[in-house]
Amino acid sequence: MSDKARKPPRETETQARGRNRPSLSLHVPEPAARPGEAPDFSRLDKGQAGLVGRPPIAADAADLRDFPYGLIRVLADEGDAVGPWDPKLAPDALRAMLRDMLMVRVFDGRMYRAQRQGKTSFYMKATGEEAVAVAAAHALERDDMCFPTYRQQGLLIARRYPLVRMMCQIYSNSGDTLKGRQLPIMYSDREHGFFSISGNLATQYPQAVGWAMASAIKGDSRIAAGWIGDGATAEGDFHNAVTFAAVYRAPVVLNIVNNQWAISTFSGIAGAELTTFAARALAYGIPGLRVDGNDALAVYAATAWAAERARDNLGPTLIEHFTYRAEGHSTSDDPSAYRPKDEGAAWPLGDPIQRLSAHLVGLGEWDEAREAALRHELEAEVRVAQKEAEGLGTLGTGEGHRVESLFEDVFEEMPWHLKEQCDAAIAEQKDAP
Amino acid sequence: MPAMNMIEAINSAHDVMMEKDGNCVVLGEDVGYFGGVFRATAGLQKKYGTSRVFDTPIAEGGIIGVAVGMAAYGLRPIAEIQFADYIYPGFDQICSEAARMRYRTAGEWTMPLVIRSPYGGGIFGGQTHSQSPEALFAHIAGVTTIIPSNPYDAKGLLISAIESEDPVLFFEPKRIYNGPFDGYYERPVTPWAKHPASEVPKGHFRVPIGKAAIARKGSEITILAYGTMVHVALATAEAKGVDAEVIDLRTIVPVDIEAIETSVKKTGRCLILHEATRTAGFGAELAALVQERCFYHLEAPVSRVTGYDTPYPHALEWVYFPGPRRLGRALDAALKD
Repeated sequence: MSDKARKPPRETETQARGRNRPSLSLHVPEPAARPGEAPDFSRLDKGQAGLVGRPPIAADAADLRDFPYGLIRVLADEGDAVGPWDPKLAPDALRAMLRDMLMVRVFDGRMYRAQRQGKTSFYMKATGEEAVAVAAAHALERDDMCFPTYRQQGLLIARRYPLVRMMCQIYSNSGDTLKGRQLPIMYSDREHGFFSISGNLATQYPQAVGWAMASAIKGDSRIAAGWIGDGATAEGDFHNAVTFAAVYRAPVVLNIVNNQWAISTFSGIAGAELTTFAARALAYGIPGLRVDGNDALAVYAATAWAAERARDNLGPTLIEHFTYRAEGHSTSDDPSAYRPKDEGAAWPLGDPIQRLSAHLVGLGEWDEAREAALRHELEAEVRVAQKEAEGLGTLGTGEGHRVESLFEDVFEEMPWHLKEQCDAAIAEQKDAP
Repeated sequence: MPAMNMIEAINSAHDVMMEKDGNCVVLGEDVGYFGGVFRATAGLQKKYGTSRVFDTPIAEGGIIGVAVGMAAYGLRPIAEIQFADYIYPGFDQICSEAARMRYRTAGEWTMPLVIRSPYGGGIFGGQTHSQSPEALFAHIAGVTTIIPSNPYDAKGLLISAIESEDPVLFFEPKRIYNGPFDGYYERPVTPWAKHPASEVPKGHFRVPIGKAAIARKGSEITILAYGTMVHVALATAEAKGVDAEVIDLRTIVPVDIEAIETSVKKTGRCLILHEATRTAGFGAELAALVQERCFYHLEAPVSRVTGYDTPYPHALEWVYFPGPRRLGRALDAALKD
């Protein structure tokens, strides 16, 4: 048979149409509104605070199949805490959470400006999503291991990681414990149970599961928690992670931060048009909770529930934190190019800091003057830290890092080829530029 | 000393390290109850329990991803990827995660992780059970890549790999699991028992990472090889009566540059032999190193004998395989002046 004879006959377009079948068309999801249009959240059913029941910790996952389709909310619109998920925290604990969330916002504001002033290359704010990380940190034990993605600076702040060290990392200066090797905000700190942020998306998810499996193998009592964005749930590593977590009943809390935007791509492109992210849990046979991510008490309660389950050897839980990325993806992004400018203002679940603050005010445990004083205090703390950090330099200024450090830590011991390259680099630096 | 084939030696390395270090765990497809499709982990689950030796879902990205998490915890995971051809779904976790963890955390987290994988051709495994992807990993900063050629080295190197604080890719040439196949495919293969390298100590010993071995001393030409190709080089040189010096690299990153330089400067000729595809194969790196360092000692161009730049075939396996015919012609060419 000649090569020509082997080729299948090609049907013409007309032939295909002639067979009287409907022509197919590709559906490409589009967000409800684009720039110049009115923000539209009419598809969002925010439910009612207090309405979703709280199952017992030891509930069978098979009995929890409705949870991914509800929305666990504790803080009602007026600020009252209602329903079975209310963690009933003492006012001091509520104020501590508020303080940490406010610190994230103040810190973000300051570092965003530092980037705009040319002091570093890049920054990422967590505006509107402060509750997701901060409330989780308050619900977890201090020695549980976190595998964050890039918008969980609230974990470090809630665990009282020194602000100066965060800033030195952002500036890649001589005080940066990561030796200037990582993009700003890709923190890492073992002592604070904060695993190195990759920058490649979703890779941390199976790692969190592996750490949790190791903890179980060793008969430890610590659990792991991982975070992933709505967009990155489309990665294979999401499936890898949840499969392994479910199979080995790994003691891990798997959080999906659904802030609805993956840079310019809305969550529909990640699969949110037809179902919820929490519902993915169902296919793996594990519980999936869907939580109002702008409600610190709901985040706290859901995390505590999942953590207790994990600690009781009852396996993993997938938690979708439904929130809204109030600002750009990063300092390199301008969201007005792809979504309505005023969309954030129209977001029906409000601002997490204002909501927790209003709750405390309602309890008679907080007021405007105290909040102003707290904000003032936090701003002063951040200013002092910034001064100290900048004393060690900003990106490209100050003492910087030794040329040798470029070649160190690739391996435990530097092999010959890196030694040669290191010597050459040192020599090269002595030449005129 | 007991005579071991490669599989027994690899199994023994696991056993010795599992016994010695409670942080060693073994995971991979079919490695548990069954003991692996090549039996490399046979008996380990029974001896060390299901929480230290267990089957995984068919998800290489997941296997390596969780192994990274386990290493972060402080375990020493030994992950088996059933065939090197299946490793690609785990590539991101190797290259972007395991390889860079020490660097990106400035030493705060290290990755004492071994990824073992049967590799190479000669078993009629077709395109998905025969590949030699070592060059892909040699290109990644932070990964050590080892390819043993005999039972003694396999055990000693695997123990060194497990004890390493950095991630190691450990490729096991599956064609030589049972005997030192030398490329003469029409002849029966001699079992390992008749080879001196099958004398493998029962207990703990190391073969150092980054050190080549001189498989045969010689004066006419240096042949750089690893894995199955070491035996092809030895047999072909013998058949052609060429006094070749055969260097078994054993580790390709970091490569033993001293051994290479010493030998090539002595013989003045260099031929590089690998199973993997030719273009941008590890042979290209070796050729570059040799010409950078030994140029004025060379009496002939550095040459490469490799697989072809095609997918690995099935029916035409022996046409593809860089055996004695191809090596023989290349030796003739390299020695003619």
